Amino acid sequence: MSWFNRDKAGIEKHTERKVKVPEGMWVKCQGCSETILGKEIENNLNVCPKCGHHYRIPARKRLEILLDNGTWQEYDADMKSVDFLDFKDAKSYQERIDAALAKGGSKDAVICVEGAIEGIGVQVACFDFAFMGGSMGSVVGEKITRSIERGLKQRQPVLIISASGGARMQESILSLMQMAKTSAALAKLKQAGIPFISILTDPTTGGVTASFAMLGDLNIAEPKALIGFAGPRVIEQTIRQKLPEGFQRAEYLLDHGMVDAIIPRMEMRPKLASILKMLHHSAA
Amino acid sequence: MATPFHLEFEKPIVELEKKIEELNALAADGLDISADVATLEGHVEKTRKDIFANLSRWQTAQVARHINRPFTLDYVKHMFTEFVELHGDRNFGDDHAIVGGLARFDGQPVVVIGHQKGRDTKEKVYRNFGMPNPEGYRKALRLMQMAEQFKLPVITFVDTPGAYPGIGAEERGQAEAIARNLREMASLRTPIIVCVTGEGGSGGALAIAVGDRILMLEHSVYAVISPEGCAAILWSDGTKGEQAAEALKPTAKDIIGLGVIDEIIGEPIGGAHRDHEAMAATLKEAIARNLAELNKLSLDDLVEKRYQKFRAMTRCVE
Repeated sequence: MSWFNRDKAGIEKHTERKVKVPEGMWVKCQGCSETILGKEIENNLNVCPKCGHHYRIPARKRLEILLDNGTWQEYDADMKSVDFLDFKDAKSYQERIDAALAKGGSKDAVICVEGAIEGIGVQVACFDFAFMGGSMGSVVGEKITRSIERGLKQRQPVLIISASGGARMQESILSLMQMAKTSAALAKLKQAGIPFISILTDPTTGGVTASFAMLGDLNIAEPKALIGFAGPRVIEQTIRQKLPEGFQRAEYLLDHGMVDAIIPRMEMRPKLASILKMLHHSAA
Repeated sequence: MATPFHLEFEKPIVELEKKIEELNALAADGLDISADVATLEGHVEKTRKDIFANLSRWQTAQVARHINRPFTLDYVKHMFTEFVELHGDRNFGDDHAIVGGLARFDGQPVVVIGHQKGRDTKEKVYRNFGMPNPEGYRKALRLMQMAEQFKLPVITFVDTPGAYPGIGAEERGQAEAIARNLREMASLRTPIIVCVTGEGGSGGALAIAVGDRILMLEHSVYAVISPEGCAAILWSDGTKGEQAAEALKPTAKDIIGLGVIDEIIGEPIGGAHRDHEAMAATLKEAIARNLAELNKLSLDDLVEKRYQKFRAMTRCVE
């Protein structure tokens, strides 16, 4: 490394060093800065084998490692969002929906399935952050509410795995109402004595945190996940102060009594199985 | 309503009113100009009516935030008797951005809860600009549960830019406090009437706005985020509030078709801030009418209907 960086590009020589490595083979870990084979992280449930840094993991991959035999029955897979407000910022909402659909993944920001964890039937709603930042509009609220209602009807525990920027602005007031709708369904589940476990992963903020994600009989977080109501930038702008170290990270929430436990991804399935068997003993 | 305060778009009205004043000054000198004054006064009324009948969404947001708009304690003064304010969440403190207490509404004992803003600088700071901390929501919940225990209806007034985004608020569980209120209000076994009177700012508003009837004043707003907040995120420019307000469609007229509110309550011409008493009287009539309907339902029906009301708030294709 040179002592001084050129501020202008040279005529004949390129200023940046060129190293010929196939893209994506090696990555510098965001947690420990070690250089690691990308495949190694991927094969380790998207967790750095050296420092345990949890990378975000695609929703379907998460379901595969969570549920028995990596199988499930999916519900409402084709439910899609509508631009009923004709919402437009730089792009219209419809364009954003189309762009998200064109990725070929989920058709909205949550995948709702029925599966089993060590033989216990469960309803799982798992956010897909790749779809519009996991934001919650009508579709997400509706699918989650149906999951809770299925849990209620079939007396199965409900798990919601959150990864979301919050309520989806493009559906304005109806996005807000999804918070009330899902929380109302959880009230019924609670009265029926059926467990609801909220799993908070990086990031869980805004209207998702301020509704079902904080309402678990157990709130379980993944290590270092960002969890909060207001985003860190909004808070900094409001109070005009630097935020404390580790603010809104899972460990910080644990310290402040907001989550029951932090469970690493590797241990999530066995721990959940154990918890479910204890809570839902009459059904087991 | 001590200080006169005019919004940008009220300029034509203010100019006309100035002319009337000038004329009146002339009249003091002995000129008979009563006919001219009367014409001008008619003109003022017409201009005001026209302007307020055609407010843009951004202008509506400004009326909703008008410094002289009636706040919760103004409604309490005009609509209820024997108000006893009750303080504190029994855990941490007393939040001044939410007020609540016992009162009589047409003789019937009720629990009143609402966001409270301030009018002068000192009071604004004391009320934290109407932005509650978690203990405000927890106080509200405590009072609602008390209402359930003693079979009292709950009447709430919603007027907040949003829940306070601060370090302490996060540490004490702002999200949890809001979430818990949503769940508990959904199943509270007593009637709940919600009045959106000013700014319905996101989760901070919703946390006292899950009810059997949602009434919304003509020039109030209710949305998932403030126009400025939305602009800061989607346009990366907090000054694009006007465009964001158009996109968010937060007015009563915009959202009644979505089934989110039940009734739009008309305001005095020129906005609620021009006549607190008249505004309170109109709103009181609507609350009384809705309360009488709700009082007839069994508690099981009431709670199930409330569930179905929010359950139906969906727009999607399958």
